[in-house]
Amino acid sequence: MENILEQYKSVSNTDVKTWFKVGVISDFPENSGACIKYKTKQIAVFNFTRTGKWYASQNLCPHKMEMVISLGMIGNKEDVPKVACPLHKKNFSLEDGSNLAGEDYKIAVYPVKIENENVYIGFND
Amino acid sequence: MKKIIIVGNGMVGYKFCEKFVAQEHSKNFEITVFGEEPRPAYDRVHLSEFFENQDAKALEMAPAEWYKENGVTLVVGERVSDIDRNNKTIATSKDRGFSYDYLVLATGSSAFVPPIKGVEKEGVFVYRTIEDLEDMLAYAAKIKAKKPNARGAILGGGLLGLEAGKAVMDMGLEPHIVEFASKLMPRQLDSRSSQVLQLKLESIGLNIHLSKATNQILGNGAITGMEFGEDDALDVDMLVISAGIRPRDELGKTSGLEMGARGGIVVDNRMRTSDKNIFAIGEVALYNQMIYGLVAPGYDMATIAVNQILGEDSMMAENIDMSTKLKLIGVDVASFGEPFMPASKGHSVIFENKTQHLYKRINVSLDGKKLLGGILIGDATDYNMLHQVYLNEMAIPEDAAQLILPASDGGSSFGSVLDLPDTAQVCSCESLSKGEICCSITEDGCNNLSEVISKTKATTGCGGCKPMVVDLVNETLKSLGKEVKDTVCEHFNYNRQELYDLVKINKVADYDEALNLFGDGHGCEICKPVFASIFATITMETANRQPGIQDTNDRFLANIQRNGTYSVVPRVPGGEITPQQLIVLGEVAKKYNLYTKITGGQRIDLFGAQVHELPLIWKDLIDAGFESGHAYGKSLRTVKSCVGSTWCRYGMHESVTFAIDIEKRYRGLRSPHKFKGGVSGCIRECAEARGKDFGLIAVEGGWNLYVCGNGGATPKHAVLFAEQLDDDTAIKYLDRFLMYYIRTAGPLVRTAPWLDKLEGGIDYLRQVVIEDSLGIAEDLENEMKGLIGKYECEWKQAIESPEILKRFKHFVNSDDTDENIEFVPMRGQKMPKPW
Repeated sequence: MENILEQYKSVSNTDVKTWFKVGVISDFPENSGACIKYKTKQIAVFNFTRTGKWYASQNLCPHKMEMVISLGMIGNKEDVPKVACPLHKKNFSLEDGSNLAGEDYKIAVYPVKIENENVYIGFND
Repeated sequence: MKKIIIVGNGMVGYKFCEKFVAQEHSKNFEITVFGEEPRPAYDRVHLSEFFENQDAKALEMAPAEWYKENGVTLVVGERVSDIDRNNKTIATSKDRGFSYDYLVLATGSSAFVPPIKGVEKEGVFVYRTIEDLEDMLAYAAKIKAKKPNARGAILGGGLLGLEAGKAVMDMGLEPHIVEFASKLMPRQLDSRSSQVLQLKLESIGLNIHLSKATNQILGNGAITGMEFGEDDALDVDMLVISAGIRPRDELGKTSGLEMGARGGIVVDNRMRTSDKNIFAIGEVALYNQMIYGLVAPGYDMATIAVNQILGEDSMMAENIDMSTKLKLIGVDVASFGEPFMPASKGHSVIFENKTQHLYKRINVSLDGKKLLGGILIGDATDYNMLHQVYLNEMAIPEDAAQLILPASDGGSSFGSVLDLPDTAQVCSCESLSKGEICCSITEDGCNNLSEVISKTKATTGCGGCKPMVVDLVNETLKSLGKEVKDTVCEHFNYNRQELYDLVKINKVADYDEALNLFGDGHGCEICKPVFASIFATITMETANRQPGIQDTNDRFLANIQRNGTYSVVPRVPGGEITPQQLIVLGEVAKKYNLYTKITGGQRIDLFGAQVHELPLIWKDLIDAGFESGHAYGKSLRTVKSCVGSTWCRYGMHESVTFAIDIEKRYRGLRSPHKFKGGVSGCIRECAEARGKDFGLIAVEGGWNLYVCGNGGATPKHAVLFAEQLDDDTAIKYLDRFLMYYIRTAGPLVRTAPWLDKLEGGIDYLRQVVIEDSLGIAEDLENEMKGLIGKYECEWKQAIESPEILKRFKHFVNSDDTDENIEFVPMRGQKMPKPW
């Protein structure tokens, strides 16, 4: 199953080649996550209504290889915005995808841009 | 740049890499590790878990990416076949050559196969690698198809053999353990403890044969039996050999390193072999004339070899602690220090209770001042403390029996964890002493458990030291005058009961307002569901009003399962169901191709629904008169019943009717944790009501009410609360009891542990609920009536609201469904495809 995992690599703002429109703000639930499709990828999009910030990551749980990250609960640990995987509550930073308990599993993250109520995710392909 | 080659990627080989890359100077080395198995190192200690989930990934010590990220070159599926010590090179099974500056041999061991006639027959396996297990699984499936009651035997009743016994049982074969010695686990246990363990294992279905020397394996091509003596044989269809280990020391032999007379590569206390550039660690290393088959000494050896290569000096201890504690097929087994002891060295104190499968033995020095060792079977909760007392040679009570006898006042006979000396090793996986753990608080300023864990890595290995670390952290904080509070999480400096009161008194409207008024930051997966539960038990709001704070299950009103699909459980009050309702459930399951199974709570679970199918399924179910069963919520699950006086010739009262009334009364009621009930029509107790949070048992003159029981990981019988109640009084007490629990329990605390922590225990609870000592009984009743009056089926809400239905879609920007969900057939139904 590693090949599924391999297609997810973090993209930084400066690497973006395509800003892909995934919907309008009201398509996304407040203070939680939802999933979008881009080519063969599944991307989790998180709407932090309280801070007005948006984040995106792979939807694939790197531990059990299930498409579930978007269903996880969001929040923060100290200053870091995070998501807790719904299967085993592993916590991931939405800033860099790292595992907040210091374990080895981590997730790929993608930049999000909001323009005129439209939501875009940045990809490098 | 110097080159290190590690031969063997097992647990110890991996540990070497982990310890090495954590060091500052490791950047100056190039590390390559070879493993002959096709996958990265995995946790062999928990191999039998593979049978439960067949998930090899879950056992991995670290994923393949870890090696890459830490600059370690990992080569799997390639065996190192030769060492040329003169030129400092190795050759591999694929005929490749590599040079080294340092070589670390961590080749481990292989299963020892005794020279028994017929051992080569088909169906005979060893228990060592994931591949062995996969072969066993395939073979077991094959023989079971032909013979449903097939038997699997294990040769060897040691630790690993018993683990293999569980594996064979999990495969659905009738398990038989065959041991040469006259007792189980002959290296760790004395005869009496071994008998207690045997009784326990037999009670869960293992067949045990002791004092059996196997002469030959019978069968023509494939195994059909084992022969012990002339007229003594056992028919078996599969055999797993677990008769000990042999070090994998071939490389040592062929390259001329100094070897032990019976195998193993000789090392000194710095893990050096007879060649100064070659180290040996783990089960291949012969240290003090011994091979150590435990993980902890192997990890210590890895640390010492790391230090040697980096130019730091450390040495292996002279006496290696072979103490172990494990859960064997769900039974606690522990031994420490000297488990057996000649009477000339000291006295033993033994506590044995065969009815509960309990055995505790401690060995005390002749002067009665020191603990020398011991054995615990059935309950090893005292292991950590006893082990510390032994290791640190601490003074013991004058009456040593106090160390193992249940304390009559419920308190601990050990005193405070702070009495341990600073050198006491608390976390053996990470080699952390009590002093180091306390220091992280007193010197480094850690303020709570999670900070201590991330600073020190304590508890992150096997986790066995967790209770002790928790106590240490709390006691140390208290000793510094810091308040130790059972706060919910970093976002709220209150416990659940305080938050419940705050929300109620201040009439807080929603979670965001609570966060603004009393909290900090933006919440997390711990505090959000706590508030969801609090709001639900104050206003009876359903999970649909604030979906963002619901746990994933509640948000989708279904139980998320292994492959990201959901299961659906409609309510079947009291387990009473009409033929027509059964037909509807069958038709819905057929229509959506769902796997169906009867649950323990007398209802029917439909598995394998995708998120977009949930509203469609529920539309059909609701049209047929079903409603949500709240199997996904921390709320009332079921009230189980037996048929009672309606049908049963022994029944005293109508248990089904009463169970239905009660289940309908509390349906949808959220609480700190899930809760279950049971109603039995007579004292034969077929509804198993005493295994529930509340239970009613019919007796002459009314119902006996039991409270605070549960099944699960720590089963507990409910305790008798009141006797011979009429229906109305029983309901009145139940209302008060449940409401009091809902108001005061911590998050995710079920009724049994709640009662354990309640000061004054069951007597106090009786005073509050029956005698109304706090003067709140009427409040509790009115509050409960208010909640019951506001019940609404949340699935009905959902399918009637287009806004809520938007949630049940896999993609926001596409109507596609998740293509990663795959099923395979199983026994005429389907199951998730294993990864």
